[in-house]
Amino acid sequence: MRDLQLPIYLDHSATTPVDKRVVEAMLPFFTEGFGNAASRNHPFGWKAEEGVDYAREQVARLINANPKEIIFTSGATEGDNLGIKGVFEMYARKGNHIITCVTEHKAVLDTCKALEKKGAEVTYLPVNGDGTINLEELKAAFTDKTILVCLMFANNEVGIVHPIKEIAEMTHQHKALFMTDGTQAVGKIPVDVMEMGIDIMAFTAHKMYGPKGVGALYVRRKNPRVKVTAQLDGGGHERGMRSGTLNVPGIVGFGAACEIAQQEMEAEAKRLAALRDKLETSLLQIEESVVNGNVDSRLPHVSNISFKFVEGEGLMMGFNQEIGVSSGSACTSASLEPSYVLKAMGLDDELAHSSIRFSLGRSTTEAQIDYTIEKVTKAVNKMRDLSPLWEMHLEGIDISTIEWADH
Amino acid sequence: MAYSKKVIDHYENPRNVGTLDKKKTNVGTGLVGAPECGDVMRLQIEVDDASGIIKDAKFKTFGCGSAIASSSLATEWLKGKSVDEALAIDNMEIVQELELPPVKIHCSVLAEDAIKAAINDYRVKNDMEPIEFEDSIVH
Repeated sequence: MRDLQLPIYLDHSATTPVDKRVVEAMLPFFTEGFGNAASRNHPFGWKAEEGVDYAREQVARLINANPKEIIFTSGATEGDNLGIKGVFEMYARKGNHIITCVTEHKAVLDTCKALEKKGAEVTYLPVNGDGTINLEELKAAFTDKTILVCLMFANNEVGIVHPIKEIAEMTHQHKALFMTDGTQAVGKIPVDVMEMGIDIMAFTAHKMYGPKGVGALYVRRKNPRVKVTAQLDGGGHERGMRSGTLNVPGIVGFGAACEIAQQEMEAEAKRLAALRDKLETSLLQIEESVVNGNVDSRLPHVSNISFKFVEGEGLMMGFNQEIGVSSGSACTSASLEPSYVLKAMGLDDELAHSSIRFSLGRSTTEAQIDYTIEKVTKAVNKMRDLSPLWEMHLEGIDISTIEWADH
Repeated sequence: MAYSKKVIDHYENPRNVGTLDKKKTNVGTGLVGAPECGDVMRLQIEVDDASGIIKDAKFKTFGCGSAIASSSLATEWLKGKSVDEALAIDNMEIVQELELPPVKIHCSVLAEDAIKAAINDYRVKNDMEPIEFEDSIVH
């Protein structure tokens, strides 16, 4: 096949390569621009601070925020922790109730669980079969103690995008703050904190062609002015909300990545949606394959497909030397639990085990997609020849009626 | 996690994939695991009535590469053994042969369970008492 270099990377929801332009922007800040951005008394510090200030503007612009509303962190996990725990502590006098959702990232779910031990009441909203939430259920969940609604912008496993603006509006009607985990969305689709009414948002550089280990928490300063209690004690950096010497090269790279994303997002989203649709349409021609998640409100570069009667990890082994993807199967973990996101969407465990997430990105080409279609189709067919469940299916046996042994 | 060469070889060239006629009295079928656990193994043996030797073995597996390799290897080992010899196959032998990491030991346990289930099916069909096995520890 022409112009095809192996292996092919289709796991951009896990992380992305750093864009060469981003690396270029970062390099000077490892050497001549090495200063501590908090050193206010000499040119070394000034140069570092200049780099950070510029990056803060670039990051803010991408989400239509004020630069002063950007708190640099080590990534979205820290941002989620700081946002949720910070609100819980800061607004303790107002209430202790948090609303979130069962399909959130563990950085949100486990943070909420940790707070439950400290007296928080947490409502975990269920999801519909397509991964969306029921707004009526959200509405009914509010109490006079509700201080925060935390709902992700886009889901990391299936790519569905929640109606953020509506949810934020409803949250504000109930006098609570709205926080979103924007990790998968920022830099990929338009995110506008003003227009959408987002009060707090965690996001990270490495999902948008920036470096790992740097992210940001957007914290609204006006209408309402939001405050979060710092979770790290120290020098009082980042307006006192996040102490620790700033990761200057990382932050500069994050800024550059945001600027590039802003310029290229629209065209790139269109290009990736076309490639994703081609991949998805072709793979759905394999019988007994289904897309997981709502396809009408979804990230443009993600497709999550279950190939019934084959196990995801075994399937991936058929092509993972050449193609890098993720599976909802968790056969490598001791728990043997498949994806909790897919299970929450009501998928049978068996279907959750059979799922593969394809996530496209900047380097994805049509030749790669063609190759992937061919390889994955072959692998599914091969695995079905090996699958006792497929044989039963062909014989007309409903496997859900079989009494399986405890395992 | 990288797979061992032997696992990859069994995955790419699985031995003895297929189906024996489960209605035949000299065929024993073991179906173990569960779809929700991500592993289902079906292992079958065909026993030569006169000699008591397993003359054929087949498998089909829904599962990861290690599960496929474990069952593929099991069929290789079963052929030519007597039923009693087959009973002596221990899951740790499979672990060693395939160099399975700790998180994949359950695949070998499942293969051992499948062998035992197939043998018991064969015994019951031929008017013998099924053997009581202790429950496997790792599942």
